Amino acid sequence: METVTNQSYDQMVKKASPPSKSARNISMAFLVGGAICTLGHALIRLYMSMGVPEETAFPAASITLVFLSALFTGLNIYDKLAKWGGAGTLVPITGFANAITAPALEFKSEGYIMGLGAKMFIIAGPVIVYGIAAGVVYGVILYLFQLY
Amino acid sequence: MSTKIGKYTLRLDTSPSIIGSAAIGGKKEGEGPIGKMFDLVNYDALFGQKSWELAESEMQRQAAQKVLDKCSLSPGDIQYLFAGDLLNQIVASHYGLRELGIPFFGLYGACSTMAESLILSSMMIEGELAKKVMAITSSHFCSAERQFRFPLEYGGQRAPTSQWTATAAGACIVAENSQPPYVKAVTVGCIEDKDIKDLNNMGAAMAPAASTTIKRYFQDTLTGPDNYDLILTGDLAQVGSDLLAELLLREDYDIKKKHADCGLILYDRGTQDVEAGGSGCGCAAGVLCSYIIPAIREGKIKDMLFVATGALMSPVSVQQGQNIPGIAHLLHLSSTPNPTTQQGGNA
Repeated sequence: METVTNQSYDQMVKKASPPSKSARNISMAFLVGGAICTLGHALIRLYMSMGVPEETAFPAASITLVFLSALFTGLNIYDKLAKWGGAGTLVPITGFANAITAPALEFKSEGYIMGLGAKMFIIAGPVIVYGIAAGVVYGVILYLFQLY
Repeated sequence: MSTKIGKYTLRLDTSPSIIGSAAIGGKKEGEGPIGKMFDLVNYDALFGQKSWELAESEMQRQAAQKVLDKCSLSPGDIQYLFAGDLLNQIVASHYGLRELGIPFFGLYGACSTMAESLILSSMMIEGELAKKVMAITSSHFCSAERQFRFPLEYGGQRAPTSQWTATAAGACIVAENSQPPYVKAVTVGCIEDKDIKDLNNMGAAMAPAASTTIKRYFQDTLTGPDNYDLILTGDLAQVGSDLLAELLLREDYDIKKKHADCGLILYDRGTQDVEAGGSGCGCAAGVLCSYIIPAIREGKIKDMLFVATGALMSPVSVQQGQNIPGIAHLLHLSSTPNPTTQQGGNA
């Protein structure tokens, strides 16, 4: 009989726990993420062919993707796509839209102020906070470089 | 009266009976391997309510009502009620059972609540403090997800070690010795911490507690896996079950042939997309109340150990970097009472 220490148990757990299926996950992320970005590009082409100037077509395509993501989140489709797409659905702008729409839907039951309003940014909030903070840091660096 | 055996085990000499049980399940549980054994399967995840929390309360209410109906009893016939669930401040129980008007004890044992409530109910009967006591618990996938993980519609991938919280409720009525299953002995678990921090690997966090409780029971009663038809754990799922078997093998108890886990019985892992298996209070409760208790009553299972396990963390404690302690409570359920008991007698 031997006592299982916390360290030896940690080893046992690592052995017993199946790893994520990286090969499948990475390929699916490439395919699904690539498909979303291709759709984005197709939208830009579409808008430009309709006579929209280039600098407007780019944000218009992003806005369309955000809308589609929010719509598919509401229709219970985006989470199913994400189960297969993984990082492919997380990284594009659609992932960000999903991260805001999902809690907005979920926490509506706690009211429009403390529920929907407050909890809407529970997942995306850190991205915004640290995104802006990083932007400020890089802005300061850029400014200092331009001084000399 | 009860007899203390060894350091941790209590033999219930009067062998209280579980005179009735009822299980309510959701759609996924109804489609699982034992789905047909549930008393009621609700295909509407909201159970006709306006929030997931109220849906879980409604499920508990239905379970309580169903077990009362099955035993031809009314709430007034039950002297005490032990209930709990996974939600903050155990609101599923509080709101679901408030209309029963039964003296109420709220419990939090995470997913071990079915065993915890059954042990306390059995002790009440053994101590002749009550004639009939109800034990009830539930979990709901949707209310648990939003409290412990992410909103339902959030797109993310689940880890292969993660478990699926069962949408199910189970209720039992315990009374003095009259019919199988009998509660012959109980072992109350201690909180066990093996430094696990991964919220997506609950099986690993709870397996050491299950191992310790089962080992203590074997040591106290001088029995081993061969003395039982079944050793049923609550919701260790695949990862936790493998770890439990290995931990007990190191103590020279080979449980592999006798062990089953409710988390692996409730769902078909091959087709139901639950990763490592099921979890939640409703997992152990649903399987026990729908499948196991009738099987003991019919004599298909003669002697078994029911060991429900719980992971005793909160989202706050995990975010603060704390470990996930586990607990496991054990009941020896049998188709025959303890030998000292006279059938139907008031010992």
